[in-house]
Amino acid sequence: MPRSDYNPWLHRFAVTTALATLGLIGIGGLVTSHGVGMAVPDWPTTYGYNMFFFPISEWVGGIFYEHTHRLWASMVGLLVVALTRWLGGNKSRRTLALVGVSEILAGVCVFALWPQLKGTGFFLTGIGGVVLLAAMVPARSQPASRTLVNLGWLAFVLVQLQGLMGGLRVVLFKDQIGIIHGMIAQLFLLLLCLIALATSQMWKRLEEWKDVRVPKVVRSGLSIALVLIFLQLVVGASMRHQHAGLAVPDFPLAYGKVWPPLDDVSLERVNQQRVDSRDFKPITAFHIVLHLAHRVGALATVAAVAVAVWRVRREMNPIPWLARLAMLWLCVILCQAALGAATVWSNKAADITTIHVIAGAISLVLGGILLAVTHRLHLVHESGVTLVQRSAHGKLSMSGQPASAV
Amino acid sequence: MKMKQQMLIVAALVGAVQIATAGDITGKVTFKGAPAPEQELPLDPGCGKLHSSKPKTRFYAMGAGGELADVFVYVKDGLTGKTFEVPAVAAELDQKGCEYMPYISGLQVKQKLSVKNSDPLMHNVHTQPAAGSANKESNKAQMAGAKAIDYSFDSPEVFLKFKCDVHPWMFAYVSVLEHPFYAVTGKDGTFTIKNVPAGKYTVEAVHRKTHPNGKGEPKEVTVGADGAKVDFVIEKK
Repeated sequence: MPRSDYNPWLHRFAVTTALATLGLIGIGGLVTSHGVGMAVPDWPTTYGYNMFFFPISEWVGGIFYEHTHRLWASMVGLLVVALTRWLGGNKSRRTLALVGVSEILAGVCVFALWPQLKGTGFFLTGIGGVVLLAAMVPARSQPASRTLVNLGWLAFVLVQLQGLMGGLRVVLFKDQIGIIHGMIAQLFLLLLCLIALATSQMWKRLEEWKDVRVPKVVRSGLSIALVLIFLQLVVGASMRHQHAGLAVPDFPLAYGKVWPPLDDVSLERVNQQRVDSRDFKPITAFHIVLHLAHRVGALATVAAVAVAVWRVRREMNPIPWLARLAMLWLCVILCQAALGAATVWSNKAADITTIHVIAGAISLVLGGILLAVTHRLHLVHESGVTLVQRSAHGKLSMSGQPASAV
Repeated sequence: MKMKQQMLIVAALVGAVQIATAGDITGKVTFKGAPAPEQELPLDPGCGKLHSSKPKTRFYAMGAGGELADVFVYVKDGLTGKTFEVPAVAAELDQKGCEYMPYISGLQVKQKLSVKNSDPLMHNVHTQPAAGSANKESNKAQMAGAKAIDYSFDSPEVFLKFKCDVHPWMFAYVSVLEHPFYAVTGKDGTFTIKNVPAGKYTVEAVHRKTHPNGKGEPKEVTVGADGAKVDFVIEKK
């Protein structure tokens, strides 16, 4: 298969992997929303069982969410290893074999040197075995473009890092790891969506739009909005992993004021009157400030997305579907803002909070796709311009292939 | 051998004199104001079967006159430099009907705490010491019918949390002290701290909800041969 040929099955597989990852983020959101991240005390085993053989009858209470998250994560891990193998073609087999053997050896070393970290040892030997199996798959295929192969390897590293961090968060009792785990999950989903995009026929067809100029202001507007969305996701993940429940119970005001008092007496009053069956940690001034920062950030993000969408619609009208995609993005962002308000009004109901997390992930993905598409259009246009200029100088004919990013 | 016997007699005499000059600190804790209403526990079907009625949270267990239960009352100051024998009897915490019993309790540093599971289903026992505490966080599985899990803590800490993440409404607080002079108020708001040696002390009453930062209401008391009496009134903020 030539490097840049469209392979519909590879594209479908990449889309499936991305969708599975979105599902994983949703289940992860349910775990945190229900406050059951520690419902399974051991890792990678589940109540002493090999996690794949844990009896279904025992999937009760918080175990159901946490165990499902682990199983689903294993499936995503398998999909990503397979995707890496597919993108890398036969050439990837040697590297995969090396990585697999190294991980198995590293796992054995962990068993021998740090018996208290036996969970990490199990994880490394297990994932090493899977990687080794992927290396042994005899299917012959050509690698995709170099960029796609590299993106595949990045996903390969991230999925393993995510698995390790998810486990270490449980056995090391570190909320900070949970925050990083949540942040990387969003970036990982974006990466897989970009891989799915770059394996699509539409990506190839973007070369047909070489006459369309993408002004810098469009790309910078999209970049700013995308950064703001990610920052919102970081603040959101930090809020969720404080395990302090809803720091501000009313919206649009905060404790009936634009800016609530944060002195000790006021906080004591708030905590005295706060009754929740999960007995969250007492609210501190930091929790309230973090919550309000998320609200201010939401306003800034909605404004930034609205401006970016307006610019896309104004500057990119030769490509109607791009303008429609931008409008979809704006709609998702507005829904996301409404979901934020609903999260407060529902006293952080687990289902609404989780939909808020998923919509946040979709916002990031749509923004990322728009930015990637406009960036590619820009490169295609620039390469076309360069070719014309060179042709005018008699250096190259227009039959030359346009430079493409992927 | 004779010398050893003499020393034992002296020690016994000192102990006897101390008990003779020790007394009980008694009192009552009342809450002024209307507490926040309790919430029904969101029991899952497995736990729901263990109850004939729907249990609620236990933050403000109060009598008609504001008598406040589950207040931890303890000698905070006045015992510096004194050491106390660690009780040989283990304190107990049980998981029954998907609730921890008792909700508030105390024990001494290094005293054994036995956590039982009387439920026909599994729990996880997750200890959550406060940030900066020298006590270690732990999380252990406890299947139905499993033997008790034993804990002991090396550092004093008021309101060390025990929770179950399988059933997130299950939690209890255990306070760890270096001495045995503490009590938990009953339904009538009263408490008795037994056999406190004569002397001047700071006694503190701390309630998990009314003192969310763990800083309670301190009061000075002087314990004589007939003990001491001290009442606390906790006001709604």
